[in-house]
Amino acid sequence: MILKFIKGFSLLLFALLILVPSLIVVFGASKTDAEVYNAPLSLPERWNLDNYRTLFESSNVGQSFLNSVIVTLASVFFTLLLASLCSFAISRMITVTGKVLFALFTIGLAIPGQVNIVPIFILFNDLGLTNKLSGLVLINVVTTLPISVFILTAFFRELPKEMFEVSAIDGASPLRIYRSIALPLSRPALGATAIFLFVITWNELLFPLLLITDPAKRTLPLSLISFRGEYFSSYSMIFTAVMVASIPMVAMYLFMQRSFIAGLTAGAVKG
Amino acid sequence: MSARTGSAPTISGSGLAPRRKRKRDAGIYYAMGLPAALIFAIFYFGPFILNLRYSLVKWDGITDSEFVGLGNFIKLVSDDDLFYKVLGNNLRFTFLVVIFQTLLSLVFAIFLVKNTKTNIALRTLYFFPTILSSVSVGIIWLFLYDPNFGAINLFFNKVGLESFALNWVGSEGSALNAIAFTQVWFHTGQMMVIYIAGLQQIPQELYEAAEVDGASKWQQFRFVTWPMAIPTTIVVMAYTTIQSFRAFDLIFTMTQGGPNNASSIFAVLIYQTVFSELRIGYAAAQSIFFVLVLVFVTVLQRRFLNTRYEK
Repeated sequence: MILKFIKGFSLLLFALLILVPSLIVVFGASKTDAEVYNAPLSLPERWNLDNYRTLFESSNVGQSFLNSVIVTLASVFFTLLLASLCSFAISRMITVTGKVLFALFTIGLAIPGQVNIVPIFILFNDLGLTNKLSGLVLINVVTTLPISVFILTAFFRELPKEMFEVSAIDGASPLRIYRSIALPLSRPALGATAIFLFVITWNELLFPLLLITDPAKRTLPLSLISFRGEYFSSYSMIFTAVMVASIPMVAMYLFMQRSFIAGLTAGAVKG
Repeated sequence: MSARTGSAPTISGSGLAPRRKRKRDAGIYYAMGLPAALIFAIFYFGPFILNLRYSLVKWDGITDSEFVGLGNFIKLVSDDDLFYKVLGNNLRFTFLVVIFQTLLSLVFAIFLVKNTKTNIALRTLYFFPTILSSVSVGIIWLFLYDPNFGAINLFFNKVGLESFALNWVGSEGSALNAIAFTQVWFHTGQMMVIYIAGLQQIPQELYEAAEVDGASKWQQFRFVTWPMAIPTTIVVMAYTTIQSFRAFDLIFTMTQGGPNNASSIFAVLIYQTVFSELRIGYAAAQSIFFVLVLVFVTVLQRRFLNTRYEK
């Protein structure tokens, strides 16, 4: 009886702890500052998009949004392409090379790229890759390769070997086996990895902070940080910006909860 | 998983002799692995080695660098209070997050393990913060923590607990704990889902047998759930540890490591040593310590949980 009460109470409490702050932001984006401060929890007096209009007119959030879309799509595409090719090769290599390759990526998994911020900053400066979206794509690919190779290799290793062997004996080249057998079969694993990559790339702050100084090249999280600095006292505008930065992921989450949950836990479960 | 096709002996339809084909195929496999391996080697291990080199010099990034040998490391270990403060912060932050996040996610996983409609809805809600960016989460919680109009202090004042209404992220005593709380809020749902996947693997018969033997709920947890959940716990704790070391984005958004470095962790310290102080060599030395601490914590944790596991 007491156990049941504790259970219900704690479940409700944590649910409120997530719902209330989320609603404060959703409501806040339709409010004036005075409303946000005086009654953060109440419904807005009038649902409207005024704040959104002001935001897009007075800041370059629109540009940042576009930058984020470009960087995220390109990073996810190249990571998936490189990682799936490499993972397939690793899973098919019988020699030690496969194991060594795999081990190298595992090190990258245990020691995050953050420890490299000093040399990456200098290296990218020397190579002229700062203030370029391509530079961001490159560093995103590098930092997300380990986890992607890890998930995909685990998946390819579980596929029945005979399927590949039969096609190999029939004369199919590795590239053809990759394209016509491995890729179609691995669609669920690729999908899960893609979602994982979408979320972390879209939300990434550290490397944009390190490599981008030009306001026109900012991604959303970076632009959100500087926006908060400018509009320090206007939480209605800040919440509007938070909404703009979150809506794409939230919309995807609402439509594909299962894939999202699978994707964002795949990295950990396979570990 | 797809059905096994079986290895029926097939007559070679290839124009190439088997051995030559195998050799050619091996070459193609190398070529397929090469792009990823090359990019990773150049931009992950390359910087890693550069880091070792930079750690031996004194350099502001503008004028010529000066070789100082192990000078940076000696200064770091013997004469840098800030470094020890940040080390302490980082370990405290990691410890708090790992303990509370693991505990909470396990408890919620046990509560929500059955696939009922309500449970699935709650899981979806609990998981939700995971998809937000650290910057958004940081901004939302800065508002909640605000000493004057934040929802938390409004709540405490309303229920008559004025002494609990603190300047949460603005004072040295509470900043790190407040951010740790936010981090737990942020990722408990994600770890809960991992636990649920683990708990659903436990054979139902074990619980039935325990019930027949008259085991209480607590005993069922102690002798069935917990031992069976240890492999998942290892995964959850390892993941949470790495995640907590990576909390740069959240901390940078909320406090930039302040006030007075009370909430600074390694990544924040390194960033500031480079960009605020322009001490590149010194920051490189800090990074190398960061790696050592990370490896040490990970190994220690594996040891601890593995001995538990084997027992």
